[in-house]
Amino acid sequence: MFGFSLKPRKPNAAQTAKDRLQILLAHERSGASPDCLPELQRDILEAIRKHMKIDRDAIDIKMERGEGLSSLEINIEFPADQRKA
Amino acid sequence: MSKIIVVTSGKGGVGKTTTSAAISAGLAKRGHKTVVIDFDVGLRNLDMIMGCERRVVFDFINVIQGDAKLKQALIRDKRLDNLAVLPTSQTRDKDALTQEGVEAVLNELKEEFDYIICDSPAGIERGALMAMYYADEAIVVTNPEVSSVRDSDRVLGLLQSKTHRAEEEGAEPIKAQVLITRHDQARIDKGEMMTVEDVLEILAVPLLGIIPESPAVLRASNMGVPVVLDDPSAAASAYEDAVARLVGEQVEMKIGGERRPGLISRLFGLTA
Repeated sequence: MFGFSLKPRKPNAAQTAKDRLQILLAHERSGASPDCLPELQRDILEAIRKHMKIDRDAIDIKMERGEGLSSLEINIEFPADQRKA
Repeated sequence: MSKIIVVTSGKGGVGKTTTSAAISAGLAKRGHKTVVIDFDVGLRNLDMIMGCERRVVFDFINVIQGDAKLKQALIRDKRLDNLAVLPTSQTRDKDALTQEGVEAVLNELKEEFDYIICDSPAGIERGALMAMYYADEAIVVTNPEVSSVRDSDRVLGLLQSKTHRAEEEGAEPIKAQVLITRHDQARIDKGEMMTVEDVLEILAVPLLGIIPESPAVLRASNMGVPVVLDDPSAAASAYEDAVARLVGEQVEMKIGGERRPGLISRLFGLTA
């Protein structure tokens, strides 16, 4: 038992490569393909446009794929005088 | 004036993507606004070599097809703020690359960037032809090995015939330079590998640089770091020298860190 834990494995380049591939391929194989993103973007824009005037380019989607968890960050810019309208 | 440079080779596995990543990071390091585009539709890999694979949202094809704006698809490098990556699609095929679409994206990129590096796929099909079509300059990546040199010769022919500069009346032809990669002096000394002079004699184009066979290249790709941004190595300094020559500086040719000015410079007048 101790034999294993006494020598913690150093994260070498090969291990980093394997970890990166495993995370990426898990996402690619799961079929959660980013192909749905253009559609998602359109749907979000449409939903928001029902309530306020925004520009087609005013949306910015960022994604960070992680191990077991990914995050989607959506920023929408709109002119300051929207609420008065 | 921005410059479009294609990194091409014909043969696969000679180091196009490694070179695209290293040259674009090297240009950005010198302060030039640089973008590197992956033209290998369906087999996306530049993102892994650049280390931004987890941040891909939209891609080159989404922009061509109007599903995303260019600024949404560009991934800004976290290490160098004047470097950006335009990833390709992992799910589409090369037919999605239309000439008009490619031209429109390149024109928009010219507004922001000084250098646009086009990472070509292997082969001489649509993806490779689209990558070279609008280029001003070409870096032909070649290993000192028979099939690589033969394919480079074929690609040099295409650069002089199947590109915008070749078709446009009165335009200067594409400036093509050879970059020799995986150069192994020990094997050359043993007579097992063609020399730089051998390769240049056959291809008859100027030499941009000689990248030695180096463990640093695999390490950098494992880590997702362009080799010039990783720890110092012979390969990294050879790429830095190639970048310096690319921007017009006179840098002596070195082989594997060792200076051998007499031979090459005298024969090809590169360091006059």
